[in-house]
Amino acid sequence: MNKYPLWKYLLILAVLVAGVFYALPNLYGEDPALQITTSRGTPIDIATRSKVQDTLKQSGITSRPIESVANGLLVRFSNTEDQLKAKDIVGTSLGDDYVVALNLAPATPAWLSAIGAAPMYLGLDLRGGVHFQMQVDTEAALAQAEERYVGDIRTLLRNEKLRYLTVTRRSDAGLEVKFRAAGERDQALAKMKTEFPSLVLRGEERGAEFYITASISEPERREIQKFAVQQNITALRNRVNELGVSEPVIQQQGADRIVVQLPGVQDTARAKEILGATATLEFRLVDTEHNVQDAVAGRMPPNAKLYKERGGAPILLQKRVIITGQDIVDASSGIDQRDGSPAVFISLDGKGSKMMYNITKDNVGKPMAVVFIESKSETRMVDGKAVKTRKMVEEVINVATIREALSKRFQITGLDSSNEARDLSLLLRAGALAAPMDIVEERTVGPSLGAENIAKGFNSTLIGFAAIAIFMSVYYRVFGVIASVSLFMNMVLLMAILSMLRPRSRCRVSRVSHSPSAWPSMRTSSSSSVYARSCAVAIHLRHQFMPALSVPGALFWTRISQH
Amino acid sequence: MEFFRIKHDIPFMRYARITTVISALMFVVAVGAIAARGLNLSIEFTGGTLVEVHYPHAVDVQQIRTSLQGSGYHDVTVQNFGTTQDVLIRLPAKRNVSSATISDEIIHTLKTQDANVELRRVEFVGPQVGQELYEGGGLALLLVCLGIMAYLAMRFEWRFSIAAIIANMHDVVIILGFFALFQWEFSLTVLAGVLAILGYSVNESVVVFDRIRENFRKMRKASVPQVIDNAITRTMSRTVITHGMTELVVLSMLLFGGETLFYFALALTIGIIFGIYSSVLVASPIVMWLGVSRSNLMPVKKEGEGADARP
Repeated sequence: MNKYPLWKYLLILAVLVAGVFYALPNLYGEDPALQITTSRGTPIDIATRSKVQDTLKQSGITSRPIESVANGLLVRFSNTEDQLKAKDIVGTSLGDDYVVALNLAPATPAWLSAIGAAPMYLGLDLRGGVHFQMQVDTEAALAQAEERYVGDIRTLLRNEKLRYLTVTRRSDAGLEVKFRAAGERDQALAKMKTEFPSLVLRGEERGAEFYITASISEPERREIQKFAVQQNITALRNRVNELGVSEPVIQQQGADRIVVQLPGVQDTARAKEILGATATLEFRLVDTEHNVQDAVAGRMPPNAKLYKERGGAPILLQKRVIITGQDIVDASSGIDQRDGSPAVFISLDGKGSKMMYNITKDNVGKPMAVVFIESKSETRMVDGKAVKTRKMVEEVINVATIREALSKRFQITGLDSSNEARDLSLLLRAGALAAPMDIVEERTVGPSLGAENIAKGFNSTLIGFAAIAIFMSVYYRVFGVIASVSLFMNMVLLMAILSMLRPRSRCRVSRVSHSPSAWPSMRTSSSSSVYARSCAVAIHLRHQFMPALSVPGALFWTRISQH
Repeated sequence: MEFFRIKHDIPFMRYARITTVISALMFVVAVGAIAARGLNLSIEFTGGTLVEVHYPHAVDVQQIRTSLQGSGYHDVTVQNFGTTQDVLIRLPAKRNVSSATISDEIIHTLKTQDANVELRRVEFVGPQVGQELYEGGGLALLLVCLGIMAYLAMRFEWRFSIAAIIANMHDVVIILGFFALFQWEFSLTVLAGVLAILGYSVNESVVVFDRIRENFRKMRKASVPQVIDNAITRTMSRTVITHGMTELVVLSMLLFGGETLFYFALALTIGIIFGIYSSVLVASPIVMWLGVSRSNLMPVKKEGEGADARP
């Protein structure tokens, strides 16, 4: 007989017992449930909770007690019918500010959850759902960046009073500035070298013509591509919220691909429409001369348009658009170095900064609003026919008072929390011009096929195991029985390990940058009324050199030289 | 109960010529099939769109084909999938056409024809992704083959290495040959099966060869064929029971695992059967013909002890 020290037996026993506990949650199955979160990711309050409870009670749907889960509520039902009915009712009663998602909540008993045990994370082929792989057209992002440089170079040369003939993009990537004389060319070259450190510049002569050729440096190219992918991830994340998916996965894959997994989503056509929506931004001045209530009552002043804020309050904006999302080069959240409050940093391109400056210099002290516009096409069945309609959703995401003339870079402060700053920067980026994206791979598994795959997989494992256990026990008698038991434990341990492995983290995208010491700013007041908001603000512009510190290896920062 | 109460060694090597000729023929047929017919690559490798739908009643495939062709899908393939209620629709990938919406349009067409249709599965792979998977899969296969060859080359004396490498590559080619000959769909999961078989098949060669090596030391007076025959006979019980057990589970997957696992299990089944066959009846004769003798093996004294325990 083999003899081993006691501790070895105890170790084996401990491993087996732990294995059994962690594998156990897989036996409990899942409850049909609703997961309720706010669409802005803020915590849910008690009032919402009781509202959900009352709504369910009134419509006579029986549910288990409402549970609080990570930033949301979970309501379990005993069957899928109740779940679907409740989704419609709760969804309409809570409105657009909440995401009500169908979910299958693991019915793990509390004592198992307490030790961190949870069932295996099933892949989409078992759960049913959609998997998209998207390719971001980073070449297009580079082309856009070059277009921006064309504008910026023109502005610079004009401001410096340097005479040039043309600034063009070459067909084989890169820029070309043509000059009449060598002297002007050399002066321009020196200026451009300090202004655009991320361009690779070279002087060239062809016959009697003088050129500067410019190409975007390799680190900057990588940065632009990375930014384009991140921007698209941000946009996708925003839109996925709208689909009401309980556990979406949005991840970057490789250099320029994004994977989106939406468990439980069956309507792929709708998912594609929503994911493919395009968003843009508009900065407009708030119309302070007319009364909002009059406009709501129908007496719309000319040159104004009525909008809604995120909270639902009406607000009157001027018709004239200052800049659009296309003019935004970057937006990031961080901390204002002057007072340590959360802030959002925005950089504009040459054209945008000029427009911004022209309008803000005459409107210091007045409020300005950021409108987020999402346009999507939706296909609805009308009389058995598919009708495609375009839908625009416009929403004012921020109102801030102009404290000084704003230009290339400015910041929005006065935000409630760093979370809000992050959300705003995400929205600004989502609305900025993103590189086009194509779906290059799609896998959809229907719920019935998923359930069937689970059943078949389970059966084949069971039958295979039974066949082996029977043969071993007959052929090897006692040894066979022992072997079968250890084989079973092997399976239990495997299940336990697979259950402990959770999927990689979900879509958390945020970029926080260090605030360059003095950003011209726009301040958002935390007070709820629009006008109170606008008044509580002061803006100042420091005409200073902005160090290129903010994003490592970054987009260019130049001097503001209007004054 | 015991299946293998064999008193005398079975003279496997007497039939070596016949089994090797059979093997060589199969190998030639397999290579011929791969060359002539090619593998029926799934859309994962070729790119394209695949839609699986389910009807609550039996459906006429021809009718679906006509209605889809009426909607402009001329190169569509429509076939039943398992039952008459399940239908599989395939479209090849087209360059420069955004095909991500094709699946939606197909389902839409089918819905207008029969509202009871239920979507089971959609797979769309763009041409570029398909190309990448094709290259990645090929590279994986190649690297595993090279890795196993390197391992075998180091593990054994050169005659054994050559024999084991031939036997292993023979297995892979035979599996691919089956898939080419019958035009079974070769997907990523089948590729995973082939890779698994490569590792699995090595195991068997190592066991038999270790026993041969050991026998050379123990059976001082026996001839080379006798040594090999004894090695095969003594390991036979172990071989059959181990692989029989594995095959039980694989068969269970093949029969009950559904369509998703079917071709994976099929590749494993073929691989297991030919893995045993090639280790015993292909690799051993080659070792014999390459002129292995006692003197080749004597210097390496330490190896061979407790060989059975080693993989």
